[in-house]
Amino acid sequence: MSFLDVKDLKIHFPTDDGVVKSVDGLTFGLERGQTLGIVGESGSGKSVTSLGILGLHKGGRAKISGEIWLDGEELVSAPAEQVRGLRGKKMAMIFQDPLSSMHPYYTVGHQIIEAYRIHNAVSKQVARKHAVDLLGRVGIPEPGKRVDSYPHEFSGGMRQRAMIAMALSCDPELLIADEPTTALDVTVQAQILDLMRDLQREFNSALIIITHDLGVVAELADDILVMYGGKCVEYGKTDEIFYNPEHPYTWGLLGSMPRLDREPTERLLPIKGSPPSLINVPPGCAFHPRCPYADRTEGRASTEVPDLAPTERGHLVRCHMPRTERRSLWENEIKPVLETQ
Amino acid sequence: MSENEPLLSVRNVEKHFPVTAGLFKKQVAAVKAVDGISFDVFKGETLGLVGESGCGKSTTGRLVTRLLEPTGGSVEFEGRDITHLSQGKLRPLRRDMQMIFQDPYSSLNPRHTVGAIVGAPFRIQGVRTENGVKKAVQDILALVGLNPEHYNRYPHEFSGGQRQRIGIARTLALKPKLIIADEPVSALDVSIQAQVVNLLEDLQKELDLTYVVIAHDLSVVRHISDRVAVMYLGKIVEIADRKRLYSSPMHPYTNALLSAVPVPDPKARKERERIRLKGDVPSPLNPPPACRFHTRCWKAQEICKTVEPPLETLASGHSVACHFPENAPVAAATAGEAGKD
Repeated sequence: MSFLDVKDLKIHFPTDDGVVKSVDGLTFGLERGQTLGIVGESGSGKSVTSLGILGLHKGGRAKISGEIWLDGEELVSAPAEQVRGLRGKKMAMIFQDPLSSMHPYYTVGHQIIEAYRIHNAVSKQVARKHAVDLLGRVGIPEPGKRVDSYPHEFSGGMRQRAMIAMALSCDPELLIADEPTTALDVTVQAQILDLMRDLQREFNSALIIITHDLGVVAELADDILVMYGGKCVEYGKTDEIFYNPEHPYTWGLLGSMPRLDREPTERLLPIKGSPPSLINVPPGCAFHPRCPYADRTEGRASTEVPDLAPTERGHLVRCHMPRTERRSLWENEIKPVLETQ
Repeated sequence: MSENEPLLSVRNVEKHFPVTAGLFKKQVAAVKAVDGISFDVFKGETLGLVGESGCGKSTTGRLVTRLLEPTGGSVEFEGRDITHLSQGKLRPLRRDMQMIFQDPYSSLNPRHTVGAIVGAPFRIQGVRTENGVKKAVQDILALVGLNPEHYNRYPHEFSGGQRQRIGIARTLALKPKLIIADEPVSALDVSIQAQVVNLLEDLQKELDLTYVVIAHDLSVVRHISDRVAVMYLGKIVEIADRKRLYSSPMHPYTNALLSAVPVPDPKARKERERIRLKGDVPSPLNPPPACRFHTRCWKAQEICKTVEPPLETLASGHSVACHFPENAPVAAATAGEAGKD
């Protein structure tokens, strides 16, 4: 069993308009020292997944089923108090928007010290010293002075560093970063990505990075899980997903991005239509209304949900098209077009 | 592109926002959001304006459309000085100059139907249409890829990408000559971004439009622009045609920006050499003297702290404001070698 094992995780929200199936049967595993990138568009269920692992849907209206095993402990059926004891210490989260996820009335130091003292019986002085150390480690200049600053006195990049320091305060073994660099400028993004990579190496923690930016996952991730409409559509090693993707949605994502590392093309190759509503996920394969190859499945695309099946190269793909056909499409039609870009 | 007169000509434009204090609102400082920039936009071309947050790119967009009045310099549209025109005199000009906004959620009135939103320019400008406003609006909706039957729907019934199309339809209503697009795709999902980028390009060809595209995403800007200007702290540091700027950037800041963009190619991450900038962009309230980039520049020398480098245009048409540019043209290099002999 891996360090983190998620099995058939379902997170559904009953609403007046129907059940929102935000996460619908997600299975993945992660070892210490490894990084998993979860990629998807807005509404694909990637953030709900991360909140679910942290147990932050407990006590709400969410209906959660499946299993989440973290280092031998099952979290879905565990009482809320037990999961709260793990949060901060065993697992921690870096949120997307540091301005709205820090308390504006308390100093940055206070917020780090608070988290540290909940899990460690130490004096305020010791905790404060720890907070100063951490701020220094994440690259905040003059940490001894900055520890008494309020969040609004920090720039965006510094706030994100402070968030990282807060998440790391108890040396968590599992770190979840939800769009950690989306709100930042590129030069600052590059600094933060470097920092996360270095810290992960140092602490040997398991890292889940959630993003819509394929560039960011290419930089950091060992494995990639592509989500669409609450389900995993493709899951495998980073190199496999980038160089031998087999799901038409992954092809679509790769074709939609203008790339700096290739010659500019005349046109981008977008995916037609827009992402589905999670209340009315299209029947069968959720991607079929947008899929250019839906007619190659003998009508099964709109009636049957495809299985997440292994390819001969060892990664998992949820698609009705026969494997040989997918391979030949990728090799002969998709890859040449993408590579001339 | 053409050799004729520029459609838009900006000369030494400045915008200083006053910072006031005390009972009598005495001005104590100024935020130099835009501090003396000059550029031309020619008919039929797309000029990209890139930079990090706070560099003044959005302010520039608002100055050239005269949503803001410059505190210095001049803006000429079709050879006519519009720098200090009154609102009344500006109104007829608004037909020729339109703006696409970043956020498709807050830039559409939620209580107006699509018909009212897209039809508003006709009513405000008192434009007569051959077969009535409704027909004209429906034609435009079809042009931007929306169903003309959506005339009576409200913005909340549409997805983000469709809303951005409504915003584009509104700007196109009066057949403008110049469109300023401020982060037109940054709020959209990757697959939808590509659709909107393609739409903007198609419309440009079809309607002979001129664009100024303001964005922070360097890959989108490269895809869409003919020429690109890079801004840093209220100044243009480099301006060149797309190919030259991306293949042989001269300003150290441009080099750093380009190397910071994460590339969606996992193998390249090991080979790529990265320029790491330290720290954040300084505050425009108190920008560094002389070359504003010297505090973060690895090539900075004494002269950079005392003498401001002018934006000089080279024979190749490449303009750069730097004392020690990278990729300097061959002529300068041979001169250096001659000096050694």
